[in-house]
Amino acid sequence: MRATPPPPTSGAAPALAGALDGQELTTRDLLSSVDKRRRRIDRTMTGLVWLAFVLAITPLVSLLWTVLRNGLTKFNGYFLLHSMRNVSGGMDAGGAYHAIAGTLLITLGTAVISVPIGLLAAIYLVEYGRGPLARAVTFFVDVMTGIPSIVAGLFSFAVFALFFGPGVRLGIMGSVALALLMTPVVVRSSEEMLRLVPNELREASYALGVPKWLTIVKVVLRTSIAGLTTSVLLAVARVIGETAPLLIAVGSTASINFDLFSGRMMTLPVFIYDQYHQGPARCAPHATDCLVSINLDRAWAAALTLLLIVVILNLVGRLVTRLFAPKLR
Amino acid sequence: MAGDAPRGGAPAAGSDVPPVTSWEKDEKVRPVSASTIDASQPPLGGPGAPGRPARRRGSADRGLSRLFRWAATGSGVLLLLVLAAVAIFLLVQGWSAFTASEATLQSQGNLPEGVSNLAGYIGPLIFGTLVAAALALVMATPVAVGIALFVSHYAPRRIAGTVGFVIDLLAAIPSVVFGLWGAQLLAPRIAGLWSWVASVLSAIPGVTVAATPTGRSMATTALVLAIMILPIITAVSREVFKQTPRLHEEAALALGATRWEVVRTAVLPFGRSGIVSAAMLGLGRALGETMAVLMVLSTSTGAGFSFQIFDSGVLQTIAANIAAKFPDSSGLAVNTLIATGLALFVITMAVNMVARWIVSRRHEFSGAN
Repeated sequence: MRATPPPPTSGAAPALAGALDGQELTTRDLLSSVDKRRRRIDRTMTGLVWLAFVLAITPLVSLLWTVLRNGLTKFNGYFLLHSMRNVSGGMDAGGAYHAIAGTLLITLGTAVISVPIGLLAAIYLVEYGRGPLARAVTFFVDVMTGIPSIVAGLFSFAVFALFFGPGVRLGIMGSVALALLMTPVVVRSSEEMLRLVPNELREASYALGVPKWLTIVKVVLRTSIAGLTTSVLLAVARVIGETAPLLIAVGSTASINFDLFSGRMMTLPVFIYDQYHQGPARCAPHATDCLVSINLDRAWAAALTLLLIVVILNLVGRLVTRLFAPKLR
Repeated sequence: MAGDAPRGGAPAAGSDVPPVTSWEKDEKVRPVSASTIDASQPPLGGPGAPGRPARRRGSADRGLSRLFRWAATGSGVLLLLVLAAVAIFLLVQGWSAFTASEATLQSQGNLPEGVSNLAGYIGPLIFGTLVAAALALVMATPVAVGIALFVSHYAPRRIAGTVGFVIDLLAAIPSVVFGLWGAQLLAPRIAGLWSWVASVLSAIPGVTVAATPTGRSMATTALVLAIMILPIITAVSREVFKQTPRLHEEAALALGATRWEVVRTAVLPFGRSGIVSAAMLGLGRALGETMAVLMVLSTSTGAGFSFQIFDSGVLQTIAANIAAKFPDSSGLAVNTLIATGLALFVITMAVNMVARWIVSRRHEFSGAN
């Protein structure tokens, strides 16, 4: 405000009256048209803010469009239901079944580890926590949300390598790595959900003589169950696309493996990277059943699959809150 | 709702913050009132009787109740222990790389050409990581602040919610998909722009700027990273902007301020520390990002220092270097990579802690809640 104090309207009003050819000048008109420079700056900044919005939307639209267009060429039932076993070179075959199965299993393992811990920690923070310990937990949970994903993978590898030797690659190692990334997210979001439960409900329960733990289980958790489901689903959606930790801890394979506790597994994100990394296939000059672009096609189709899973998780997560949340007010 | 202002019970515990945290204040009273009924005996002396509360607290907190409290507290403590364990295990597994002699490192550590010791290996990688993250931050912060202002102050109310959802969607896209998009679509398309910028810069006497025709340069990588950290910076600054005291804005409006002047005089000064911490959170995210860098910058060695951000071949980040080499490494090479991972962990933790510290300090002194 230092450069442009509101100028005296009385001096400028006569000039305006002609310009706007109206006698009914409101204060707003006067204020907004007296000082052209301020008005211009205001307009410019409004334009810049809209531009920022457009700048952010452009890559999103471009990315979604590219994935959709390139992914649909190979995205079909065959792709979803076949693995890469015995597929080599530029063969027009193979799919992501083993990767989808691996992703779902490893993510399930992650959820089994991190949902109980995350929920209990959130309950601790909301219902029990005070003093330095609770402050420390809050602070470090926030800090933990910033752990680089590759470090989580290295951590899981370091732990398992200590017990099973340096060459170990297991599905469960991926679950541990992802749990390290997912738990803080679960804690933060479920903490917010638990805080939304009105205290009157807790107090009513205590007034009936219900012990604290039973109040938490039967009143607090039951009231916020929809919100908690949402936060878990969104946290799953967050980690299901993680690649780097799985690359480190789980490795990759061309075959189906349903056992989290033995051997390498393939996962969708690693599958995408793996196919991309192989690059264009080498084909003989007159080969009929060889596609040069097959690896990239598979990568895009797998990217589409992964994106669909993430979007579905997000939508279901939001719908759960909308449909099942209790009407508190 | 003031965003997630009462972050944890922590800031509110002792203070006199009214409604949301009234529960915390009742805490001293509650076990008494609950147990007076629970103990099924007439409350003779009432809750105020001396000596009583302690005994009753003891009687109410036993069996399953105690078990449950311990389980909850234990989970909280477990999280702290896990964070410490990350540092310890990385240190244990990376230790042999720190202690190995230069000759051993060179023969077994899979170091790039011309690098003889660990510092010479990690140094350029840290430099590359910082360059990538800093460039991404410079590109992302103004746009993110713009979007946050758009959502909080400019957009028509009906579309503001949708915009927030769309930005969240940007955060949900897996990094490997960003990498695929950046390498396959963005890099070839933006190569022309970068070579033009490079040729313009080269016109300055004494400056030579090279540009790779493939577009797989640090500049492209940083652009992809900028898009990826946009959502987190936007989300945090949006929350801060929304907490701007209504009265400050109305006072500015009453003085005849235009919308931008309201933003400049009321919203931005109030949210400055929030923007700083949001940017630092984005920085932390950009420092640790792996796949986008790995897929866009696939051929770089990371063996030297360079400011040629439009050229490929020299700059590399820690995270991408680990992901590229780890699957084919064994023995001391693995320990060396874990040692670089430890360096990354320390850097990102430091950045995140400072950012969170700024946020928490803000909540105590801002007066927003």
